[in-house]
Amino acid sequence: MAAGSGKVVFKSGVLRWIDDRLPVVSALYNDAVVYQTPRNLNYWWNFGSLAGIMLTLQIITGIVLVMQYTPHTEMAFDSVERIMRDVNYGWLLRYAHANGASMFFIVVYIHMFRGLYYGSYKAPRELLWMLGVVILLLMMATAFMGYVLPWGQMSFWGAQVITSLFSAFPLVGDPIVTWLWGGFAVDNPTLNRFFSLHYLLPFVLVGVVFLHLIALHTHGSNNPVGIDVSKKDKIPFHPYYTVKDLLGLSVFLLFFAYFVFFNPNILGHPDNYIPADPLVTPAHIVPEWYFLPFYAILRSTVYDSLFTPLVVFSYLGITEKLMGVIAMFGSIAVLLVLPWLDTSRVRSATFRPIYKWLFWVLVIDTVVLTWVGGQVPTETVVLIGQIATLYYFVHFLVLMPLLGRFERPRPLPDSIGRPVLSHGAAAQPAE
Amino acid sequence: MRFLKLSALLVAAGVALWSAGSQAAEGAVEPKQISWPQNGFFGTFDRTALQRGFKVYQEVCHGCHAAKYLTFRSLADLGFNEDEVKALAAAYTVTDGPDENGEMFERPARPSDTMPSPFPNPQAARAANGGAYPPDLSLMTKARHDGDNYVFSILTGYEDPPAGEELAAGQYYNHYFPGHRIGMPPPLNPDQVTYDDGTSATVDQMASDVTQFLSWLAEPKMEERKQTGIKVMLFLIVLSVLLYFYKRKVWADVH
Repeated sequence: MAAGSGKVVFKSGVLRWIDDRLPVVSALYNDAVVYQTPRNLNYWWNFGSLAGIMLTLQIITGIVLVMQYTPHTEMAFDSVERIMRDVNYGWLLRYAHANGASMFFIVVYIHMFRGLYYGSYKAPRELLWMLGVVILLLMMATAFMGYVLPWGQMSFWGAQVITSLFSAFPLVGDPIVTWLWGGFAVDNPTLNRFFSLHYLLPFVLVGVVFLHLIALHTHGSNNPVGIDVSKKDKIPFHPYYTVKDLLGLSVFLLFFAYFVFFNPNILGHPDNYIPADPLVTPAHIVPEWYFLPFYAILRSTVYDSLFTPLVVFSYLGITEKLMGVIAMFGSIAVLLVLPWLDTSRVRSATFRPIYKWLFWVLVIDTVVLTWVGGQVPTETVVLIGQIATLYYFVHFLVLMPLLGRFERPRPLPDSIGRPVLSHGAAAQPAE
Repeated sequence: MRFLKLSALLVAAGVALWSAGSQAAEGAVEPKQISWPQNGFFGTFDRTALQRGFKVYQEVCHGCHAAKYLTFRSLADLGFNEDEVKALAAAYTVTDGPDENGEMFERPARPSDTMPSPFPNPQAARAANGGAYPPDLSLMTKARHDGDNYVFSILTGYEDPPAGEELAAGQYYNHYFPGHRIGMPPPLNPDQVTYDDGTSATVDQMASDVTQFLSWLAEPKMEERKQTGIKVMLFLIVLSVLLYFYKRKVWADVH
C-alpha cells in the first residue's frame, strides 16, 4: 500500500516464500505494524479505526441476519419478528445491527468533527477528506435502505418521503421516482431493490475505505499540533497505536453494549413496530436521528419567514421542494470542497484563535439542526431551522474563506516534540 | 482537555433538549409512571403477574385483539409446565389441512401453533367493531412511546368527558389516548376475571397484569438480553481496566 519503506525480510521461510510471490505480508507489515505515526495523537484519533471496526461488525451481523430475513412486503416484518423470537441470539444480532448503524454514524461524525477541528482536510490530505465524504454518502444511502427492510410504518413512509424528493427535479423528476420504485408506488419491487443495494453498498464502502487508507498512508496521519512531523517524532503503529485503539474500542463497546442490551429501541421509532400500511400515514414521519440535521435543512428551505427572498428562484422554475433538495445535497457538497473553501494554511484550531470558536458554534449549529429535524415544523421551529441552515452555509461559504485572510494565527512550534515534552509544565505550546 | 469538557457539556445539553423536544412532539399526555418489575438493568418479569395477565388477555382482550406472534409453546416462559401448555393450547381450535381428501379441517391447537385470531380477516374485525380495527397486541408495548406505561394508562384512563365535549357514537373518553377519543369501550370492569391464585381482580390489578404480559409478549427475550448484557458489561469493564494499564506500560517510554 504505502510508498517507500525498504524491503522487509521475514524470519519465517514460509512467509518469505509467500511474500516473494504475493507481497501482502510485507504490505500488512508496512501498513499495520511498522507504519510511522505521530507520537502525539490524542484519543480523538481513535475514531478512524473504530469506524472501520463498526463497518466490519455491520457487515458480519448483516450477513447473518440475511440468512433469516425475507425481502417481501408480506413476509419481511414477520421474518424480523421471527429473528427476534425464534432464532438463536437473533435478538442480539438484530439489535447489534440496528444500533450498530447508529454507533457507526456517531463514530464517523466524531471522526469528521475531529478532522474539522484539526484541519485534517488540508493539503496534502484533500483527497483523503473527499473520500471520507464519499464514505459518508454511501453510509447514508446504505442506512436509509436498511431502515426500509423491516417494512414497518417508518420504513415504508420514510422510503415514501425520501424517494419522493427526486420528484422535485423538473421534467425528469417523476420518471426518476417511478424508476426508483420499480412501479407506481413504494411496493415489493422497491423493497427488493433496496435489499439488493443494502447488501451491495457496504462492499463498495469497503473499497472506498481502502482508498481512504491508501490516501492516509501516503502522507500519514495529521496530528493535534497540525504541523508536519519529523521522523524522530514518529512511532511505529504497533504496539503503540494498536494498544491505544484497543483500549478505545473496549470503552466504546461498553457504550455500544448499553444500547444493545439495556435500551435497544431508544434510538429507533416506536412506529416501526407497526407493520407497514400504505393507507395509514403516521402522525409524524421522522428519519433516524443521524439524518435529522439534513432533514432539518430540507424542511427549513421554504420560501417563507427568513427565506422569503428566495422566492425569486421560483421564477426560475426552482420550486420550494427542489430548493430544499438542493440545500440538503449542498450541505454535503460544501464538505466535499471544504479543502478549497478554507483559505487558512494553519491546520490545527489550537493555533487559530477565531476558528477555534467558530468550530464550536458549528457544532452547536448541527445540534440545533438535529433538534429541529425531529420537531413538528411549527412557525418557530421553521425559523430556528432557517437560522441554523443559513449559519451552516455561512460558516462554510463565507466565514471559512474570509477567516484565512483576516485571522492571525498563533505562531506554530517547530516540532511536536515541545508540546509533548512540556506536558507537565504550564501548557504553552507556542513560544 | 477543553475540547473534551466542551463536548461533554454539549452532549449533555443536546440530550436534555432532545428529551424535552420529543415529548412535546408527541403531543400526547405523559402516561402514568409505574415502577415495573421488568424495568432497569436487573429487571425480570414477575411470572405470577404474567400468568394472570395471560388470563386477562385470553378472557378480555382476545375478544377483539389478535396476538399473531404468540405461540402456545412460548407460554412455557410464563412458568407453565408442558402439560399445562398443551391444555392451554387445546382449548383453542385451529384450521388445518388440506387432508388427503383435499378438505380443510378443524383440530385442537397444539403448542407449536400460534394463538388463533378472533376474526378471520381485518374486514370482519372492522365490521364487528363499528369500523375501527382492533390492532394486534403482539408488539403493542414496543409500538407506542413509553409503551408499558402507555398501555397501563389507557386501560385505566377512562373517564367522563369534560363538560361540553361531545362524543360520537362508539367513542369513549380516555385521558391518555392522543386526542382523548378512543374507539375501544372500557375493557376492564372489577372482577371481570376470576384469578386462579385468588388475587382480587380490581381494574388496576388486571391492567397491571395484562400490561406485564404484553410487555413479555413484545420482548420475550428481555431477561436473556439483560442478563447477557450484565456479563458483557462486566467483561468489558475488566478488559478496559487491563488495557488501560497495559497501554500505560507500552507508552511509558514515549511520555
